[in-house]
Amino acid sequence: MRESTIMKIHYGTALAAVALVAVHILMRLTTGFVESLEYENVLANYKFVPYAAMLELILILLAVHGFNGLRVILLELKQGRMYEKAVSYGCLVAMFGLIAYGSNTIIRTNMGMT
Amino acid sequence: MALVSHIAEEQVSTPVSSSKSITLKIFRYNPEHDDSSKFMEFTVPYEKWTTVLEAILEVKKHFDHSVAVRYSCRQATCGSCGMMINGKPRLACFTKISELDSNVVTVEPMNNFPIIRDLAVKFERLFDTHQKIKPYLIRDDTELETDEREFLQTPEEVEQYIQFANCIKCGLCNSACPTMATDSSFVGPQALAQAYRYVADSRDKGKDSRLKIIDESHGIWRCHFAGSCSQVCPKGVDPAMGIQLLRGYLLGFRS
Ligand code: SF4
Ligand code: FES
Repeated sequence: MRESTIMKIHYGTALAAVALVAVHILMRLTTGFVESLEYENVLANYKFVPYAAMLELILILLAVHGFNGLRVILLELKQGRMYEKAVSYGCLVAMFGLIAYGSNTIIRTNMGMT
Repeated sequence: MALVSHIAEEQVSTPVSSSKSITLKIFRYNPEHDDSSKFMEFTVPYEKWTTVLEAILEVKKHFDHSVAVRYSCRQATCGSCGMMINGKPRLACFTKISELDSNVVTVEPMNNFPIIRDLAVKFERLFDTHQKIKPYLIRDDTELETDEREFLQTPEEVEQYIQFANCIKCGLCNSACPTMATDSSFVGPQALAQAYRYVADSRDKGKDSRLKIIDESHGIWRCHFAGSCSQVCPKGVDPAMGIQLLRGYLLGFRS
């Protein structure tokens, strides 16, 4: 993939994540902040499909943005063909791993499997 | 003959008549022989107009001729004499001692360049990256095919790139760049500014190929817009701005 395409995704995911995380934080304020973090309320959020979908989206956006950011930092830190390949594929695998792990939590909770 | 004696007279007259002096600390290191670097101190007389390069040449002439320094034009044109002067990348021939406002002037080789000896550094990477972005007009029809024809431009078209054409390839911007310090494959502000210089030139048709060259993992996107390149440029080039304008093409804001 061209670096400019990757960076467009990088900037796009940052903007979208800021917007969705803002919504996520605002939702904490619909009830009292501490109250909204109580076990039952958190579970209710996960069971509400639109909210669970938003959490899934935030997870994907932050994983893509974060691991690309890490790739960039590591590429600037050290150079070399093998090292750069390992960093790029390593970040990709870690990104998918995190998305799979987080999605598993969201889906299972949403389906009442906890 | 008269001319020769006049020049000789001028060379000796400048520093000797001075009443003021500074301590010039010169970085000494020969990678082939020395285990570590050291500084040597010299007391050098100066006048209001004495440049750092003249002070170094004074040291070479009277105290230690083995100090390695590269220079040529002595008028900020050839780009040879870049070095760290009191911690900042500057041209030695373009920096007056009086403007430094210090009794101690420390000269070191430029950061982010391998040292040849003392103050002289290797320019290979600078020239390689400069060459990589194709620093010439690319077009199918050349002057050779269409004789008697000039590539006319309006003043507005010239305005788009003219400040970037002032680059003398001194490497001060690359020396100041924080990404250059860690990323040995980064194309660097000098080459990126030159990529913009040609992309923005209405006579050039090589935009796509140049944008492709800089759009890679160690290309334009590794610039973090620290802006230090533009602060140190002695010719008024603004590489940081050129880089952002180039990004505009790659992000689709400019065409
Ligand atoms: S942009 Fe300025 S600082 Fe950089 S190489 Fe050209 S003249 Fe020197
Ligand atoms: S000697 Fe030519 S730029 Fe300084």
